[in-house]
Amino acid sequence: MKKILSLGLVRGLLWQIAGTAAGALLVTGIRALMGLNPWGSFLFTEPAWVVGALTGVIAFVWGVGALTDWFKWALGEETPEHREDPPGWEKYFGVSLDHKVIGIQYTVTAILLLLVGGLFALIFRLELAASGMQFISLQLYNTLMSLHGMVMIVGILLGVAGVMNYLVPMLIGAHDMAFPRLNAFSYWIAPPAAIVLLSSLALGGFDTGWTGYPPLSTRSPVGIQMFFIGVWVAGWSSILGGLNLIATVMRLRAKGMTAFRMPILVWASVATSLISLTATQLIGLSFQLVMFQRLLGMGFFDPAKGGNPILFQHLFWFYSHPAVYVFILPGLGVVSELLPVFVRKPLFGYRWVAMSSLGIALVGFLVWAHHMFTSGMNEYLRVPFMYSTLLVAVPTGVKFFSWVATLWKGKIETPTPMLFVLGAIVVFLMGGLSGPPNGVVTTDLHLHDTYFVVGHFHDTMFGGYIFPFFAAIYYWFPKATGRRMSEKLGKLHFWLLFPSFLVMTFLMMRVGLLGMRRRIADYDPALGLDFWHLLITISAFLIAASVLVFLYNFFRSIKHGEPAPGNIWRSRSPEWQVPSPMPVHNYEEAFEVVGEPYDYGLPGSTYIRFNGKSH
Amino acid sequence: MRHFVIVGVLVLLLSILTFWGLEAVGLMPVQASLQAQTVDWMFRLEMAVISFLFALIVVPLVYSLLVFRRKPGDTSDGEHIEGNTRLEVTWTVLPLITVLVFSYLGAVTLGETRRLDPNAMVVNVTAFQWGWRFEYPDYGIQSNKLYLPANRQVVLKMNSNDVIHSFWVPEFRIKQDVVPGRTTEYRITPVRIGEYKVRCAEICGASHAYMEAPVVVVSQTDFQKWVQESVAAQAATSGPDPKRGEKLYNELGCKACHSIDGSKGVGPTWKGLWGEQVKLSDGTTVVADEAYIIESIRQPQAKIVAGFEQQAMPAFTTLTDAELADLIAFIQTLK
Repeated sequence: MKKILSLGLVRGLLWQIAGTAAGALLVTGIRALMGLNPWGSFLFTEPAWVVGALTGVIAFVWGVGALTDWFKWALGEETPEHREDPPGWEKYFGVSLDHKVIGIQYTVTAILLLLVGGLFALIFRLELAASGMQFISLQLYNTLMSLHGMVMIVGILLGVAGVMNYLVPMLIGAHDMAFPRLNAFSYWIAPPAAIVLLSSLALGGFDTGWTGYPPLSTRSPVGIQMFFIGVWVAGWSSILGGLNLIATVMRLRAKGMTAFRMPILVWASVATSLISLTATQLIGLSFQLVMFQRLLGMGFFDPAKGGNPILFQHLFWFYSHPAVYVFILPGLGVVSELLPVFVRKPLFGYRWVAMSSLGIALVGFLVWAHHMFTSGMNEYLRVPFMYSTLLVAVPTGVKFFSWVATLWKGKIETPTPMLFVLGAIVVFLMGGLSGPPNGVVTTDLHLHDTYFVVGHFHDTMFGGYIFPFFAAIYYWFPKATGRRMSEKLGKLHFWLLFPSFLVMTFLMMRVGLLGMRRRIADYDPALGLDFWHLLITISAFLIAASVLVFLYNFFRSIKHGEPAPGNIWRSRSPEWQVPSPMPVHNYEEAFEVVGEPYDYGLPGSTYIRFNGKSH
Repeated sequence: MRHFVIVGVLVLLLSILTFWGLEAVGLMPVQASLQAQTVDWMFRLEMAVISFLFALIVVPLVYSLLVFRRKPGDTSDGEHIEGNTRLEVTWTVLPLITVLVFSYLGAVTLGETRRLDPNAMVVNVTAFQWGWRFEYPDYGIQSNKLYLPANRQVVLKMNSNDVIHSFWVPEFRIKQDVVPGRTTEYRITPVRIGEYKVRCAEICGASHAYMEAPVVVVSQTDFQKWVQESVAAQAATSGPDPKRGEKLYNELGCKACHSIDGSKGVGPTWKGLWGEQVKLSDGTTVVADEAYIIESIRQPQAKIVAGFEQQAMPAFTTLTDAELADLIAFIQTLK
C-alpha cells in the first residue's frame, strides 16, 4: 500500500480528485452565498464543474511533483542537475527528467488512449453493422463518436511526442532535451487532461463531433465543457513540447552535425514542432470562447448577439488543419529514416525530402478554409483556398517519388519494421490520392461531410502516423529494452492489419459517394448500404484483433524477447553504434559527425566517429 | 533500361485497368440535376489522374520489392545513388502544373454549378432540429415535402431556427450549410423525375441521422397540378382541425421534445396541458390558453416552464395562424 502511494501517478490522481472537489465546492459555496442555485443536474452546476476540472488538473501536476524543482528554485534551494531515477519499473510512474523515460511514458500513455479511442470505435461500428438502432442510444452514439475523434487525436499527439522525445536527443547526440523539467511538465499535464476529456462521458456526454461547432456546442450537456477543458490543457503539452524540441535541435547537436547532416527524422520533428508551437493556441482559443459563451453569456458565436458561428470554424481549422501535419510529418520522417536501412541505399534526394517537410508545414498554414467550402463563408474565398490546398500535393509528391527512387535498385529486406514502412507508403498513398477530390471545390460539394472524407482521413492517419508508429516501435524496441519483439507475431500483426484496413477505408469511401453522411447513428436502409457497412465493421474487428497480437508481442517481449544488444538492423545511425539498452545519459563518449547519414553502399564511409572525449 | 521499359508498360496497363475498374463499379448515385453533370465530369477527370498516379507509385514499388529484394546470405549494400536534381525538379514542376490546371478547372466548374437563371423559382427553406420545411412564396404554399418541377432552376433561400444544418441531396451532388442568423443559397436545376431525399449533412444533435425530407421532382405540368391542389387545399381549410395539428406535430419536430402520453422529455409534455395552471421558472403561474401557447411557439424564451431552464426551444416564426390553430386544436384533444 505504501509503495503504491509513493508512486507519483497515484498521488497525482488522488490530488486531482481532491482538487476537483475543492474547486467545485468553492464555486458551489459562492453560488449559495450569492443566492444562485448551487446544485445542477450532475450534482454540481456547470461553472462548478469547469472550475473544478481546472483546479483538479493543477492539483494533479502539483501532486505528482512536476512543479517541485521550480518551487524549490523560487525558494532559493538548490536541486541536482540530473536526478537519479529508481532502477526498476517505478520510474515510469513518477516524475523523471530522463528524455528516454519520458518518451516511453508518452508512448505507453498514447497506446492506452489509442486503445480507448479504438474501443469506442468498435462499439459504434457494431451499432452501424446494420441499419436501425440496435443497442445504444442516439445520444450515446454521438458521444462515443465524438470522443473517438478527440481521444485518438490526443493519443496520436502524445505518440508523436513519445517518438520525438525518445529519439531526437539520441539522434543528435545530446544527453537530454534542452529543458528536462519543462519536458516532464509537458508530459505530466497530459494524463489529467485525458482524464478530464474522458470524464465528459459521465457528465451527459456531448453530441457535436470532435469539431464542437457552435451553436450546437452551446446547447450540449455539461460534458462538452470537459471536452473543451481536456483539449485546452492537452494543448499546453503540445505547445511546450514543440518549444523544447526546437530548442534542443538548435542548441544540442553533436559536433559536425550541420543542418543537412541531421537525420531526416530530426527535420520532420522540427517541422512538426514549428506547427504545434504556433498553431495549437488557436484550438485552445476557439474552445475557450465557446466556454465563455456558455458560462458568461458572451455572444462570440451567437448571431442573436451579433456573433458569428462561422468565425469559430475559421479559428478552429486554423489549428486543426495544420494539426494533421503534426501527426503525419513525424510518421513520414520515420518512413524516410528507416527506408535506407532496409534498402541498403542512400535516401534519394535527402535535401528535397527534408525541405518537403518544411514545405508541407508552411503550406499547411494556408489551407484551413477547405474544411468550409460548404459552410456559407464568403463564396469567393473558396477559389484561393482550393489553389493553396492542392499545392500541398507538390511537396507530398516529392516524398513519394523519393521513396520509390530509394527502393529502386536497392537490396531490399523485409523484416517487420520494413513491412510497416511499406504499408505506410501504400496506405498513405491512398490517403494522398483521395485528397484532391476534396480539395477541388466542385467535387467537394458532393464529398464534404460524407464517409468519403472519413475514409480519406483514416488513410492519411494510418499511413501517416499509425503504420510508421508501429514500424518505429518494432525498430527501436531493442534500443529501449535490449530485446527484440517476435518477428513471427509482428508479421501476423501486419498481415492482419494491412488488408483489413485497406478494405475498410475503400468501403468507407464507396458508401460516402453513394450518400452515407458522416456522424450519423443510423442510415436509411433504402440507400442499400447495409452489406458494405457489415464488411466495414468486420474489417474494424480484424484490425482490433491485429492490435491484440501487437499488444501481446509488446508486453511479452519486454521480459521474454530474444536478446538484441547489438546493431541488429546494421544501421549507420549513432544510437545503434552503442550497445542496447541505451545507458541513462545516452553516449558515454561524445561523437562527431564525419559523413552523410545515409551513405549505404559507399565503401569505407561512416556517419559518426566517437572522439574519445567524455561528454 | 530494361527495368524502365517493363515498369513503364506496367504503369500504363495498371492506370487503364484501375480507371476502367472504377468506371465499371460505378461510383456515384444517379445524376438528377444539371449541376450533378458538371460535378461528375470533374470527378471523372480526377479519377483518371488518380488512377495514373496510383499506378505510377505502386508499380515501381511492387516491382522493386520483387526484383531488387535481397538474396539470402547477401549482406552487401545497394547501388550508391544519392539523388538526381533533374528528376527532383521534374517531379516538382510537373505536379505543380497539374495542380494549377486542376485548380483552374475547379474554379470554372464551380462557376458552372453556381450559374443563376433569372427565371428561377424561389423556395424558402427552414431547417430545424430535426426536420425541413419548405415555403413557396410565389404560391403561398407551405409544405414538408420539396416538390420541384424538372428542367427549371430553383433557388433555395435557407434559414436555420437553431443550429447549423446542411442541405444535401446526394443525387443533386451539391451541398450547402444552413446557418442560423444568415440566409444561404442553393441553386439547383433538377433534370430527372423521381423521388429523392434531402439529408442533413452537418451534425445537429441527437436525431441528426433522421433529419431527412422527401424531395419530389415532377414534370412541369404535374408541378402546376400540385400547386393548384395545394392552393385549393389551403383555401378549403375551414376552422381548426386536430388531425392536421397532429400531422404538424409529427412533421415539425415537436415530438422530438414534447410527449403526448405524459412521459418526460426534453420539453414539457402536452398531455393534459390545455387549460392547466403552468408553473414558470420565475415562480409565477400562467393558464395554458391560446395566447400562452401561441407565444410559447413563436417566442419560446418569453415564458419558461419551471424545470426546463436548460433547454432552448427554437422559435417557430414561420407558422401561419391557421397552422397554430390546428396545433392548439390537437393539444385540446390530449386530455
